[in-house]
Amino acid sequence: METRDMLRMANQIADFFKGYPREEALKEAATHFNNYWDPRMRKHLFEHLAKGGEGLDPLIIDAAPQIRKPKADAA
Amino acid sequence: MTLITEIDYGTPKSKATAMVTLEIDGQSITVPEGTSIMRAAMELGTQIPKLCATDNMASFGSCRLCLVEIEGRKGTPASCTTPVAPGIKVHTQTDRLGKLRQGVMELYLSDHPLTGDNAMQDMADTVGLANVRYGFEGDNHVSPVRADGEANPRFKEKDESNPYFAFDPSKCIVCSRCVRACEEVQGTFALTIDGRGFASHVSAGMDEKFMDSECVSCGACVQACPTGSLLEKSVIELGRPETSVITTCAYCGVGCSFKAEMKGEDVVRMVPWKDGGANEGHSCVKGRFAWGYASHKDRVTKPMVRDKITDPWKEVSWEEAIGFAARRFMEIQKKYGRGSIGGITSSRCTNEEVFVVQKMVRTAFHNNNVDTCARVCHSPTGYGLSKTFGTSAGTQDFKSVDECDVMLVIGANPTDAHPVFASRMKKRLREGAKLIILDPRRIDMVRSPHIKADFHLPLRPGTNVAVVNALSHVIVTEGLEAKDYIAERCDPKEFARWTDFIRQPENSPEAMESITGVAAADVRAAARLYATGGNGAIYYGLGVTEHSQGSTMVMAMANLAMLTGNVGRNGVGVNPLRGQNNVQGSCDMGSFPHEYSGYRHVGDNAVREMFEQVWKTALDSEPGLRIPNMFDAAVEGTFKGLYVQGEDIAQSDPNTNHVTHALEALECVVVQDLFLNETAAFAHVFFPGTSFLEKDGTFTNAERRINRVRQVKAPMQGKDEWQVVCELSQAMGYDMHYNSSSEIMDEIAWVTPTFAGVSFEKLDRLGSVQWPCNDKSPEGTPIMHVGGFVRGLGRFMITEFVPTTERTNRFFPLILTTGRILSQYNVGAQTRRTENVAWHAEDVLEIHPHDAEVRGIKNGQMVSITSRVGATTLRALISERMAQGVVYTTFHHPVSGANVITTENSDWATNCPEYKVTAVQVTLSNQQSDWQKDWEIREDENKRIEVKPLVAAE
Repeated sequence: METRDMLRMANQIADFFKGYPREEALKEAATHFNNYWDPRMRKHLFEHLAKGGEGLDPLIIDAAPQIRKPKADAA
Repeated sequence: MTLITEIDYGTPKSKATAMVTLEIDGQSITVPEGTSIMRAAMELGTQIPKLCATDNMASFGSCRLCLVEIEGRKGTPASCTTPVAPGIKVHTQTDRLGKLRQGVMELYLSDHPLTGDNAMQDMADTVGLANVRYGFEGDNHVSPVRADGEANPRFKEKDESNPYFAFDPSKCIVCSRCVRACEEVQGTFALTIDGRGFASHVSAGMDEKFMDSECVSCGACVQACPTGSLLEKSVIELGRPETSVITTCAYCGVGCSFKAEMKGEDVVRMVPWKDGGANEGHSCVKGRFAWGYASHKDRVTKPMVRDKITDPWKEVSWEEAIGFAARRFMEIQKKYGRGSIGGITSSRCTNEEVFVVQKMVRTAFHNNNVDTCARVCHSPTGYGLSKTFGTSAGTQDFKSVDECDVMLVIGANPTDAHPVFASRMKKRLREGAKLIILDPRRIDMVRSPHIKADFHLPLRPGTNVAVVNALSHVIVTEGLEAKDYIAERCDPKEFARWTDFIRQPENSPEAMESITGVAAADVRAAARLYATGGNGAIYYGLGVTEHSQGSTMVMAMANLAMLTGNVGRNGVGVNPLRGQNNVQGSCDMGSFPHEYSGYRHVGDNAVREMFEQVWKTALDSEPGLRIPNMFDAAVEGTFKGLYVQGEDIAQSDPNTNHVTHALEALECVVVQDLFLNETAAFAHVFFPGTSFLEKDGTFTNAERRINRVRQVKAPMQGKDEWQVVCELSQAMGYDMHYNSSSEIMDEIAWVTPTFAGVSFEKLDRLGSVQWPCNDKSPEGTPIMHVGGFVRGLGRFMITEFVPTTERTNRFFPLILTTGRILSQYNVGAQTRRTENVAWHAEDVLEIHPHDAEVRGIKNGQMVSITSRVGATTLRALISERMAQGVVYTTFHHPVSGANVITTENSDWATNCPEYKVTAVQVTLSNQQSDWQKDWEIREDENKRIEVKPLVAAE
């Protein structure tokens, strides 16, 4: 997946949950990634975060600790 | 198998609860008040002779055959128009009545050709008419030439303009059944009786040919005609059918039941079945007539393989094809990993066929990379309704609309896409229900004969959430909400939080007006109507879901329905109109990469362990790839093999260039389909599929109704589709075996709580059931959330309007939105291979006169449509149906390349593509786009089948 597509999708998720109180928004956003993003998509997200997470909505950056890290052999 | 003939009670059932007892021919009977004498007699088994009466329309009293005598009353009233009364004594057979009926029948036959084989002859026999004393010498409609040798001005030639039925005016007795069917059943008002007295005749439109009139070819008039004046051409050609099988239509999500009427192995006609829960005897042009594709010459009936997509196809045995696919898939997994292959299930296939494909992916592929074409249509429905109500499905049965007072139709075009349900809606609207339409396009229901929307809110594409939030804002700020209902059934904390959100001034109609383009006063008035007008029901389609905020919009509608107390009883609800016949079923069957059947997450340990025990293999707990993610992963190089069951992703999915790049990157594509579709151009293995006439199983329609699909004839390619999937699984090392599709349903019922009570035996006994069907509701659940929501308390979700990133600019100043038309279906693979092309032979671009004028475009000229991802060329149709700044097209023909233009944007929650909003420019053009030229080359090159050398006979 192109990084710009991953960013678009991740930031759209942030846009939705921004309407909720912060702790809840972080939890709900992370749950969304855990429930719906295949491990290789989450891997892409974490790789981008490792590089500084440029272009990622701050809400996703803050939710990241609650997002399940994919196993090493993902894909 | 015999020919099934339903009982015709002559007049509709009375809805009254008070009962009346009377006597008919000495027998006592008790029926609801308002029942006709004719119907009461039929309930006793006494069939009073009739021609103009039938039980799906109001009585008319024109044929004068159904006369009866009532003791103490004068004359011989028509039994169809005379209601029962307490204590009356009716006689249906007396000498006087016999003579009157014979006289009437004799007059009919004096102006009727002696063709013998129709209800007229049957009725003549019934009334005991032996001789007709009058010949055709006098004034008549039967002979082209009068007795004096002059041309007979009353004689009219047959109208054979409709591809499916003929109208022979000489056989018509002007009973008005066809006219009434067109009005009362279909609601099109295309037919009328023109002229007076002996000159009166049935007229289509302004005395035009049927094809030139407003007729939508639903077939209701043909079904109603008692004389054979209107008759299917297939019956004229093949003769009367001899046997019939009840089955389910394979087109839209209405899921109409039909009698497939057969002669030997030939289908003579499809007749809508009166006891069909979804359609109750009505049909549309697709289900009724457009089934010829099943035996079209393009049908591929032999399995085929090839090494490269540039090679010609090679016909092989089933064993060879299945072995080839299994070998390739296993090689790919060995090389690229377990998650490098996946499958897509089809919403056109049966529940049983879908279930085995998702099971194959989870057990034989050992991953969860399974998705379904619902991804690109109604996946936001599942997400949104499950978050708010707790169930991924619509709340009502179709019949519920009969009790609706205010219909809110959003992003749906029922008369084109769900025509049989639209007829039902129109009937209710003619009875006085109110109508609010949210749609950028002026759909037919905005204004058509005897239908006028109270409000048409022509919003800008992409602003659904803004408008529905504004509706809720008005209701909350004006105190119109259903306070008691909310207090009793909804989560108070969520409601309080949501109320704070929705009250904000930025959600007001006035604040939103500049964004949505809808007058604030209209939004306010529509909100008041929906909140206070009685039973309010929301009906919606892909104009809701196929947006970047599709899921948000579904939740916003659910909020609106809860706010007004419009969930959980008859006449209300939130009702998705599903696009394909088994969208609901394919979702129910566990086709999504994160869910097993019954919408249970793969990460739920208890559920997964249960499946592991039943399926006797370890299962992956991680969600798999969704369809758009599969394409992305293919381009990226981590996804290499795909099994596609009956979906044409190369035509139907957005951003065609991206899809074709992805398909080209795959090392093994297996397509299971009836035809070499667009996706097959990129495939390595082709498994020929079965048409709905060859399937045995079930479809689940938009109202959660599980209908039986019965095999009308044997599979043309020699195998059931589920059997092919089982054999592929076996070849890949997972032992999947069933003896029948009924056994598959038994397994579905075993592992899926909402299907626990479903079996073929029960469906055959009851006709159909609506899930949940289990110990709690053994005969199914027509209406959901009665007394409380499935999730417990209804959850109001905060639905902030977030504009799509797809915006117009000076390079792409127009918004393209896409949709369907009545005669064609989806990618057109079926309907393009029928006579339906007579109505829609090509996709056109609808453009507003002003937008056309400033570009120098005249009606019918070719225009190029360009978006940031691609371009195509279509013919322009100048139309005021679109607002200025919005253009519209359909996607029924592959050469149109409508999806070459649509983009990768998608719903935030589900990745459902944003088909409905694409910024484009439209310019005059005199040539095909580059994509269309490439398509034509590929059409020839990638679909070649190797010609086997002829072997000389010995």
